[in-house]
Amino acid sequence: MITQNASEMAAAVAAGEITSEALTQAHLSRIAEVDEKVHAFLHVDAEGALAQARAVDAARAKGEKLSPLAGVPLALKDVMVQKGVPTTCGSKILEGWRPPYDATVVTKLKNAGVVILGKTNMDEFAMGSSTENSAYGPTHNPWDLTRIPGGSGGGSSASLAAFEAPLAIGTDTGGSIRQPAAVTGTVGVKPTYGGVSRYGLVAFSSSLDQAGPCARTVLDAALLHEIIGGHDTYDSTSIDAPVPAVVAAAKMRNVKGMRIGVVRELGGEGYQAGVLQRFNESVEVLRGLGAEIIEVSCPHFEYALPAYYLIAPSECSSNLARFDAMRFGLRVGDDRARSAEEVMNLTREAGFGPEVKRRIILGTYALSSGYYDAYYGSAQKVRTLIINDFNAAFAQVDVLISPTSPTTAFKIGEKADDPLAMYLNDIATIPVNLAGNCAMSIPCGLAPEDGLPVGLQIIAPAMADDRLYRVGGALEAAFNEAWGGPLMNMAPSLTGGVR
Amino acid sequence: MISRDDVAHLAQLARIELEASEIDHLAGQLEVILGAVARVQEVAGADVAPTSHPLPLKNVFRPDVIRPSLTPEEALSGAPASEEQRFRVPQILGEE
Repeated sequence: MITQNASEMAAAVAAGEITSEALTQAHLSRIAEVDEKVHAFLHVDAEGALAQARAVDAARAKGEKLSPLAGVPLALKDVMVQKGVPTTCGSKILEGWRPPYDATVVTKLKNAGVVILGKTNMDEFAMGSSTENSAYGPTHNPWDLTRIPGGSGGGSSASLAAFEAPLAIGTDTGGSIRQPAAVTGTVGVKPTYGGVSRYGLVAFSSSLDQAGPCARTVLDAALLHEIIGGHDTYDSTSIDAPVPAVVAAAKMRNVKGMRIGVVRELGGEGYQAGVLQRFNESVEVLRGLGAEIIEVSCPHFEYALPAYYLIAPSECSSNLARFDAMRFGLRVGDDRARSAEEVMNLTREAGFGPEVKRRIILGTYALSSGYYDAYYGSAQKVRTLIINDFNAAFAQVDVLISPTSPTTAFKIGEKADDPLAMYLNDIATIPVNLAGNCAMSIPCGLAPEDGLPVGLQIIAPAMADDRLYRVGGALEAAFNEAWGGPLMNMAPSLTGGVR
Repeated sequence: MISRDDVAHLAQLARIELEASEIDHLAGQLEVILGAVARVQEVAGADVAPTSHPLPLKNVFRPDVIRPSLTPEEALSGAPASEEQRFRVPQILGEE
């Protein structure tokens, strides 16, 4: 039952073949069984989830119309607030904090009868590509427990790959939905900036942060996207337009005549051979499905990574000023003799981990007088050049494709104290955040050299999220036919028995 | 390029009481990171306009109407210390 797709689970609940309570209990049992090994969850809200599930069952019994994912469980990244449920962002500075309100995404999930199982592990304040920066210990990749599940949303991606949840919410500032999806063989979508409300999402880099759907199939991601997307007056950067028709696009399974661009700069040197092999095969599959393949050049993409590591730290140094030990969270050293400033300094030293400190200091430097123009100012100009590159590319093609991540999942600890090596994981995903358009990662096979999942990235213009699902849905169907089923069927069992 | 004293000063600006060993470690790492990100200057010519945000938004207004909000108890529920419906904070000004 837990290996089904979310859409199948919802259909079974709607048809009365299973109650949401039983479905939720099955997932809670799975979490109890495997999460000691995977560590996808920071908090499991069994009581709250079962209460939500019983409410869906009661609504169904009364004959109320159910939403397309009603009664299906979901894992929520711990960067999004849910009233009364601990929210830590993977940081000690928020340990024990229980938010007094719901994020808009959470409100929409609750209204749609989606059952929230608990909060998933992440790199502290979403800063990282491996989930090793969590103050609560790393998450392990269900494909190989000695390897990282991607980051920052490694808890969400691992929960899907471990069948602890069929749906998850992630957030993507530089690749934190897509790269975890790539290395766990799951589907992850960064919607157009402003397409999903940021109200109740703890801010890291406000001009880049975007919440989005994570799932095991393209259709499930689309169903979740439609629920969480849309305009929100509580978020002034929310786009006042209808959600693109992503569910219909996911069901089309037809890319005939679409113009698909292969980005010359996102491949080659620095990319693992098996990743490139699976990517090149995918290009041929698309060609076989009737798409027109065009090579395009985005010459400024090589400057995206440096620009990102100025812009994101700059914005984070400002955003994380709110963790000041005064209104919520940790307070250290308040002996009634020390000043507020001294308590603030001690609290931030004790509460933040090394990567968060590194980025705050870097951002403080990039924004300081005398360096602002050379660093932050120059990075903002690169942002314009990246947008121009995308505009030129989308004048020629409908979507762009590339590998999502240059490598498959690496070993836990391998890059832990080499920030630059770690930052390179996001080399193909970052341009999209800087420009504010949308992208998806779908599994495109296993790398021959290590047997680990490879992700393919599909990129579309702003508010053309439906194109991601059209291409993703068609490719997924072609792959499943070639593989004789979904990629997840090839994942190892976590319990020794039959999955 | 970035000295130990620079890092100590930045940490003070960022209100983080870094330990001496952290300052040493960070100074080395920041040197490497800044060397890599400085590449943005290669293409950031005077003719390129900066972009601060993906959406061309200026001000976003909504009608000024009263709507439900947190109660004082809810707003203070996560406070490290509170007193008389207020956040209690350490002293901000000196004695004199």
